[in-house]
This record gives sequence, C-alpha cells and structure tokens, in this order.
Amino acid sequence: MSITLKDVEHVANLARLELSDAEKAQFTEQLNAILKYAEKLNELDTDNVEPTSHVFELVNVMRDDVQKESLPIEKVLLNAPDEEDDQIKVPAVIE
Amino acid sequence: MLPFELSLQEVGAKLRSKELSVTELVDASYKRIAETDDTLKAFITLNEDEARKQAGKLDQELANGEAQGALFGLPAGIKDNIVTEGLLTTCASQFLKNYNPIYDATVTRKLRAAGTVTIGKLNMDEFAMGGSNENSSYFPTRNPWNPDYVPGGSSGGSAAAVAAGQVYFALGSDTGGSIRQPAAYCGIVGLKPTYGLVSRFGLVAFASSLDQIGPLTKNVEDAAHVLQAIAGYDEKDSTSANVVIPNYSEALTGDVKGLRIAVPKEYLGEGIDPRVKEAVMNALKTYESLGAVWEEVSLPHTEYAIATYYLLASSEASSNLARFDGVRYGVRAENPENLLDLYRKSRSQGFGPEVKRRIMLGTYALSSGYYDAYYLKAQKVRTLIKQDFDQVFEKYDLVIGPTAPTTAFRIGEQVGDPLTMYLNDICTIPVSLAGIPAISIPCGQADGLPIGMQIIGKAFDESTVLRAAHAFEANTEFHKQRPSL
Repeated sequence: MSITLKDVEHVANLARLELSDAEKAQFTEQLNAILKYAEKLNELDTDNVEPTSHVFELVNVMRDDVQKESLPIEKVLLNAPDEEDDQIKVPAVIE
Repeated sequence: MLPFELSLQEVGAKLRSKELSVTELVDASYKRIAETDDTLKAFITLNEDEARKQAGKLDQELANGEAQGALFGLPAGIKDNIVTEGLLTTCASQFLKNYNPIYDATVTRKLRAAGTVTIGKLNMDEFAMGGSNENSSYFPTRNPWNPDYVPGGSSGGSAAAVAAGQVYFALGSDTGGSIRQPAAYCGIVGLKPTYGLVSRFGLVAFASSLDQIGPLTKNVEDAAHVLQAIAGYDEKDSTSANVVIPNYSEALTGDVKGLRIAVPKEYLGEGIDPRVKEAVMNALKTYESLGAVWEEVSLPHTEYAIATYYLLASSEASSNLARFDGVRYGVRAENPENLLDLYRKSRSQGFGPEVKRRIMLGTYALSSGYYDAYYLKAQKVRTLIKQDFDQVFEKYDLVIGPTAPTTAFRIGEQVGDPLTMYLNDICTIPVSLAGIPAISIPCGQADGLPIGMQIIGKAFDESTVLRAAHAFEANTEFHKQRPSL
C-alpha cells in the first residue's frame, strides 16, 4: 500500500488540518516511509491472536447519578477565545 | 554545596532544626535557574511569586511545629503537560500558549498536599511527541553535560532541570520512553510506573492506553518517595488501578541475593553502541557480585515494537487531539470563514510538524478501509509483545538492559528523519506496550555523556525494581556524577 497526495489531502480533511503544498509533499513521503516500515507487522501471523486495547482487565466505571456543584461560569469562560452573554461564541453554524 | 545535594533525611532534619528554611530552598532553586537556564532552557514558565508565597506559608507551618512528610518543602518542576491551576500549561505548543488551567491534576494536588513547591513548568516535545525536545514549539532544551547535545525527550526539560540542580525533583510523563530516555541521557533516575498506578487526571492525553506520570530524581530513594506521594487509586481516572500501595522506601533493603535477572539479547544486539553494552555488562557483574543471578533470554517480538507503537500511539493521539479545535480554549485563528474553517485554521496554525505528522498517521490508520490492516493488526502484535514479557516473568524477577541504544545525540542530528528518531526508543517502547514498570539509572559514561541502565519489573512490582536499582546505587558511584555548569 502506498499513500498518494490525494490520500494525504483526504486524511488532512478528516483530521481538520489545512496543509500547505510543501507540507503535503513532505507528509506523503514521510508517511509512506513510516507505513512501509509498519508493513513489517505482516510478517507475523496474528489470525488467532486477541487484540490488546488495554494491558490490564478493565471494567467500566460507573458512578451514582447525583447532582454535584458545577464550575462557576467565570472559570468555564476563563480560557474561551470569544464569549458573549456567558456563552462561548463561534461563527454562525446555520445560515 | 547546593542544598539539593542533601538527602531527603538531611533536608528534613535541617528544616526541623531551623538550619534551613523552605524559603531558602526555593531561593536556591531560582538562583540556580538564573545561573544556568539561559544555556539549558529547561523551563517554559516560572512560578516565582506564587512559589515564594507558598514557601512562606510552609515555613509558618514549620514554625508551628506541624508534622511534615518526606517531601516537605522541596522545590519541584512539573512537565508542562500536567495541569497546574492558575499556572500556564502549554504542552510546549503554540496552540496552548495562553492556556491557564482552572484545576489541578491529581498529581499536582497530591504534591501540594505533601508540601512541595512548584518552581515552574518544564519544557518538552510538543504534546510529548518526540525524544529530543527539539519538537518544543518554543525552544530546544539542552543537555547539561554538553549543551550541543539533546537532553532526550519528551520529558527533556524535567531531566535537564534535575541533572543541573535547578529543582530537587521533577515530574514527567512517559508514553514510549519519555521519562526513562531523557533520564538516561542526562545521567539521572527516571521511573515509569505500571500503567494505572498513578492517576492521569489532568495529564494532557497523548496516547491514553500508554501514558503514565512518574518521577525524575537524582537517586532511587527520592524516586521511591515521590512515587509514594503520587501513586494510588483516583476515581477521576477511569483507568486508575485500585491496588494496595506498598511502602516503597521500605523495599530499599540493599539485598538482591538470589534475585533472578533476565537479559534480553534483542536489547544488546545490532544498533547498540558497544560502550553502552559494556556499561550494562559491567552493571550485571555488579549484580552478580551482590548475589543476584542473570541469564540471557529472548523477547522475540521486540523488533515489531516500534511499528506497533507508532501505529497505536498515533491513532490514539489523533483521537485525543481532536479536542483542540479553537472553540473553548487555546489559540483561535483569526477571521475564519465559518466554523469548519475555524477548526482547520486554528489547528493548522497551532500544531507543529511532528504533531501534524502523527495526527495524519493516526487518522490514516483509523480511517475506513485501513483500520484492520494497521490499527487492529498493531493491537494484536501488542498482545504478542506483552506475552513475551509474561513468559520471561514466569522464571525471572526482573529484566535488565540499556535504556537507550546510544548516549545523547547532537541537536539537529536527527531532525528531518522521523524514522531514525523513532528507533532511539527500541528498548523502552516494548515495556510501555506491556504496561509494566521500569526505571532508568545511570551506569556509566561515554565521551562525557551518561549511559542509562533500564530495570524492568512485573506489573505493580515497583518495589523489586526500586530495590534492585537502589542496591546498584549503593555499590557504585555513577549517580553521584554531576555535570559542570
């Protein structure tokens, strides 16, 4: 499998990244090199191997549905790049 | 002598006898930073005003005769991906250059409770992606042993600050070697605990199934005490392990008689600097002389670890870093055409090249049509790598090898060649994939640059790892070597 410039553009769109032409060319080359290296894994037969998503057995953690104090609005908005009427402001989503 | 060369017991005794105050310790820290940080560049943000205020409060507690723990009054540096309330936390990224956390990470809160003073936030590779600190979007940190060389990474600022005596100890984070490798390059002690032992709440996530916070210290005893302070179950981290926490410093008995050590031949083969190999072989002789036994073993899937790691870690990173969209915090791009454009522009302007590269790799590996071939395949190989260790630990107590194949490399030497840079992590990545604990301790030098030995243990058996590391230290002088700055 090899990655084309078009693949890079598609993946950049999925990742919400805007790449310059130079970045696209560089990533095409570097991702191909990394993925070629990753093909090494195909030397191994893993048909009967269970995947590890987590090293230790985990159970889902649940908590009681109890109301707790929320963060004060000043704290919530402390890092907001733009705000209006105690809300975070973004460009219009609906035309 | 700098007060940071005193042992924990000596500092404690001097504080109690009023020979030393917390204010003096904090002063010593900032004085040393003023002298050395123009060269080293270990710190991104200093916390001077708050630290001095806190030192005054702690001195008052001392005067009141309140009981103090082992870490009381110690100046600490915190890696800049661990959130600190009211103190900028940038992850060395332009994206978060103005990010002022509204809460403390669990480890930050625990250290505060133990009476340590946060001196400042330490430089790192952007979002912990890298092994040289050259991926910091602000400036590279330099190795205290030779400023032309990298300190390692991603916790390079943490390692350099401890090695240079700017702080008494530091916290770092380790995803594929980011505590152990810089500790090795800077000639100090770095411990990556078992996955889940230390809460990740408030650690800015890189690869959630691998990330773990741990101490960087001048010696093993300090590492045991810092681990004691930060380990333990946390309901705020759903992957936190609910296990009984032993007394780690009680494990430092100096006795390694009968300890069974496995030495993987894959860690001492091709690509390992012969001087690194020699230093590790000499260390094994020291263990022999102390009554431990060692044998060569094989971890046959080692050669697949790096490919596995970069697929899994990048995939998890691409998902974790989706939160940085310029909406709620961070730097928002100016004049976006619409919301989608705001995401794209903010991310493209905010992230550096290595972060973009890994997001791209991870997004590709998870994308429709490639998931089975890359991500699922890597998860399966991860199982095989973990089984390698499981089998060895049926017969042995510890695995020992080098921490990194070479000593530190020159700044700029490996930039532009991501794959070569990734190969520096060959000895640390398999351990991260298996989730087990490992420590790096100094065991020699080559051309004036430190060499690190890695001691790997069974899951949640930090006690045996620390015991073996401490016994080596007690019988050698490597940990006493300091860079001249």
